[in-house]
Amino acid sequence: MFDLTGKNALITGASGGIGGEIAKALHAAGATVGLSGTRVEPLEALAAELGERAHVLPCNLSDKEAVEALPKQAAEAMGSVDILVNNAGITRDNLFMRMSDDEWDSVLNVNLTSTMKLCKGVLRGMMKARWGRIVNISSIVGATGNPGQGNYAAAKAGMVGMSKSLAYEVATRGITVNCVAPGFIATAMTDKLTDDQKDKINAQIPAARMGTPEEIAAAVLYLASNEAGYTTGTTLHVNGGMAML
Amino acid sequence: MSDIADRVKKIVVEHLDVEEDKVTETASFIDDLGADSLDTVELVMAFEEEFGIEIPDDAAETIQTFGDAVKFITEAS
Repeated sequence: MFDLTGKNALITGASGGIGGEIAKALHAAGATVGLSGTRVEPLEALAAELGERAHVLPCNLSDKEAVEALPKQAAEAMGSVDILVNNAGITRDNLFMRMSDDEWDSVLNVNLTSTMKLCKGVLRGMMKARWGRIVNISSIVGATGNPGQGNYAAAKAGMVGMSKSLAYEVATRGITVNCVAPGFIATAMTDKLTDDQKDKINAQIPAARMGTPEEIAAAVLYLASNEAGYTTGTTLHVNGGMAML
Repeated sequence: MSDIADRVKKIVVEHLDVEEDKVTETASFIDDLGADSLDTVELVMAFEEEFGIEIPDDAAETIQTFGDAVKFITEAS
């Protein structure tokens, strides 16, 4: 099941914990992967680990021109972009009353606007091919909110509304657009938490543990597959039951 | 009929799966030839590739009929 042989996938934020696992999962299913991210070193390390069918495509998503160039670079490197995974994201947390315009703008810009531009950039090829998969990585906080993350939650909720609208428009062309909304996932970022902090988080999760990047990657793999052709406009919540939506 | 008109007609017939004689000068892609709004975007994409031209979004919106398309492409190429 879930054979992606011959498909070309562009993954943003592939230098991070979740993005790297998504790239590995799609690659293991046979896809050629375009690994995008700001930090070149981890991307090259991942490409070396994957071996064949892996391309490094550095891109700073806060740079408008670089974002617009990325779909073209990916199509040139791989031949096409059949699967797009918008995984990259940043946080600039602050209390709403203290949040600066810059904190708001940069999070909306990188997390939402760049996602829109990348979707737009790959659509032409997908429409011609009559096949495409777009998977946008949202977040549980886009649905539930989170103190200190007004900007991040807005961007992640915006992603869901945008994905649904696009899903409507392109459904007749064999293109699906879905979101995956992770809950707490164990990555380098959560490793920094103290045991006490981790216990408090786990107490809020019915599964009583954080998720793994592999568990997010599995959801992405499904949505990227041929088998998921009738699943569009949906958000797959992968959160250990923390929010049952 | 000009060469450009022939090539445009071929694209329209293939893309919208309509009879050739339905594609008249004043035939509207949406009202007469059954296109939806996304079809019109795809037609413009196909014209761009066939004729090696760029059709900006605001110009694309003015291309409503077969005649509009032929006129625009003739002027652009």
